[in-house]
Amino acid sequence: MRKAYFMSALKIKKGSTSHSAYNLRPTFSDVVEKHTLAVLVENEPGVLARVIGLFSGRGYNIDSLTVAEVDHTGHLSRITIVTSGTPQVIEQIKAQLGRIVSVHDVHDLTVEGASVERELAMFKVVGQGDKRVEALRLADIFRANVVDSTLESFVFEITGAPEKIDAFADLMRPLGLAEVARTGVAALSRGE
Amino acid sequence: MTRQMSGAKMIVQALIDQGVDTVFGYPGGAVLPIYDEVFQQNAIRHILVRHEQGAVHAAEGYARATGKPGVVLVTSGPGATNAVTGLTDALMDSIPIVVLTGQVPTFMIGSDAFQEADTVGITRPCTKHNWLVKETDRLSVTIHEAFHVATQGRPGPVLVDIPKDVQFATGTYTPPKPSTSHYQPKLKGDMEEITELVAAIEKAKKPIFYTGGGVINSGPAASQLLRELVEATGFPITSTLMGLGSYPASGEKWVGMLGMHGLYEANMAMHDCDLLINIGARFDDRITGRLDAFSPKSIKAHIDIDPSSINKVIKTDIPIVGDVGHVLEDILKVWKSRGRKTNAEAIGKWWSKIKEWRAINCLQFTQKGKTIKPQHALVRLEELTKKYDRYICTEVGQHQMWAAQYLGFEDPNRWMTSGGLGTMGYGFPASIGVQIAHPDALVINVAGEASWLMNMQEMGTAVQYRLPVKQFILNNERLGMVRQWQELLHGERYSHSWSDALPDFVKLAEAFGAKGIICSDPDDLDDAIMEMITHDGPVIFDCLVEKHENCFPMIPSGKAHNEMLLGEAETQGVIDAKGSVLV
Repeated sequence: MRKAYFMSALKIKKGSTSHSAYNLRPTFSDVVEKHTLAVLVENEPGVLARVIGLFSGRGYNIDSLTVAEVDHTGHLSRITIVTSGTPQVIEQIKAQLGRIVSVHDVHDLTVEGASVERELAMFKVVGQGDKRVEALRLADIFRANVVDSTLESFVFEITGAPEKIDAFADLMRPLGLAEVARTGVAALSRGE
Repeated sequence: MTRQMSGAKMIVQALIDQGVDTVFGYPGGAVLPIYDEVFQQNAIRHILVRHEQGAVHAAEGYARATGKPGVVLVTSGPGATNAVTGLTDALMDSIPIVVLTGQVPTFMIGSDAFQEADTVGITRPCTKHNWLVKETDRLSVTIHEAFHVATQGRPGPVLVDIPKDVQFATGTYTPPKPSTSHYQPKLKGDMEEITELVAAIEKAKKPIFYTGGGVINSGPAASQLLRELVEATGFPITSTLMGLGSYPASGEKWVGMLGMHGLYEANMAMHDCDLLINIGARFDDRITGRLDAFSPKSIKAHIDIDPSSINKVIKTDIPIVGDVGHVLEDILKVWKSRGRKTNAEAIGKWWSKIKEWRAINCLQFTQKGKTIKPQHALVRLEELTKKYDRYICTEVGQHQMWAAQYLGFEDPNRWMTSGGLGTMGYGFPASIGVQIAHPDALVINVAGEASWLMNMQEMGTAVQYRLPVKQFILNNERLGMVRQWQELLHGERYSHSWSDALPDFVKLAEAFGAKGIICSDPDDLDDAIMEMITHDGPVIFDCLVEKHENCFPMIPSGKAHNEMLLGEAETQGVIDAKGSVLV
């Protein structure tokens, strides 16, 4: 064997067995941002599985996801995804979405100018007496509609930005909130 | 120009119209109508493999040796699931493959029918795209689209799942026409970025080209343009495992392969350079080593057809999205129009530094005694075969790295190895695919005995089609790379990394009707290799080598390029706790 040619002082014992997670990734920036992505896809079987599979397979987050056909003649669906990650991860998510053959277009509404976001939610609130009156009063302030009523319950329908719906949920909780259904975010850019 | 025909006939017609001459496959219940059509024509040659994984690797070998997409035909259920490893391999290495699978009839899908599997579901993450065709009228259009997607942009495997009733039914055949698909990847790079790169080339004092499989995938013209650019600028060039052959190993500017088992001079140059020009490579973890210490002083330019490769692991200063061939052409054009400038004096100094590193002679070894060193076997193989019209495949492990280090590749499409996925069992079927594409060439699969056994059933295919593939097995009776890692990382506890019951490879060859050669004496090696080369038929060459040889140089996991180990004496305690969790 040739003479040893040392280039670094490595002092850890041979056969180290302590294990940890992959933690050697550099971070370009570790600030986690929330982004709303609008993804126009071919409306074909399995397309949602491709998008969701990408997120689960590569370990990205989905905060909310909505999907529906938006152009029947063009066979296009629009998937609105709210996701969070570092700027580098967000860029990767967009690039990876762009690689999917069924994806026509990816828009990051969070960075591409102003946009509007809306979510629809329904709340079932069960209660009697003052609590019931208070729930109805707050619903009026939040411009929530009553879509079903019994003597002991209401179902409210509310539309708005996710933060508004969160705030409404917080208020309803002590007043007998029993069930919530939320659609997830739909979003469009402002202007033309 | 449309015609009525059965779905099965349509499939064969579509393949013919796509210019397919060879299909690798294995029949079964759900593809019988297609096989009936295959039987009744002579335009397409069907190669019967012995296992569906072999079919996909053979198609990969064919694709990499020709630049054309490889085509596979297998049945539903187990036929499709056996193809999954090959699909994943092709996806990782960006190899264009079109796989056609049979499926149970549409009305039985979802009923857990015999040999039913959710093929499109299973293969969704391991294909570039896949389709389930439910109407015969859509069949030919879908197959044409499949070829388009497999070959355009960053190439990759695609799969078309075809239920049996769709094969039987009659529909309208649509011939291929210019693609109306919305999938049209951008080929030309942005001229502003290209000009920025040219400006960096003009100023660079310590530049290096770092090339990858993208150069080969872009076609032979891209390799020619690369050679022109390298010679004109005088910059050193290194390459990944996948890119070997795009620049000739005998070329003056070649500094050898880089990465975990790359050459010392290549890795040191990567670490110290001030301009790193990545052409069609993807900063794989085998290449970069520790990311926060990767090429710390350089401006990084990255040319890639896949936008998701840019900034995925390494932050790029000059990103250029486009096809390597197109971008290289534009770089040359702009560089020439600006007066062909480089900082020649600084480049001269840079070369003296590289020559100092090269003088360490990191691939040096000593062959002595009566045991063949694996490196020596490859040096002799190189010497005795380099004059031939030669194609090399490999399996995965130490032998693969030694082959990359000790064999020289002068041209693209001559080197078939499983890079990204690291699939043991890849090389033998790949060599079959290469030999089918180039019947008169010398096709050698450099193998380890453990990898080779993983797809040894393909001996049947080699013998049936009289394919003179040479299986050059470096037999150390060990999973050599696993053993090496166990030595370095796991206290020399060699858990299940050797085989106690290896076959007699000579008898094995004879049992299949092929020739077997065994060699254990260094003095017999040259004659034995010549006997292998000159034999007109498949050969299994059992080369008994040193059992405990380790593969060097090596960048241990979690270390930087300038922390390479050059030999045994340096291996004491080299991989720390963080490194030990990396593979």
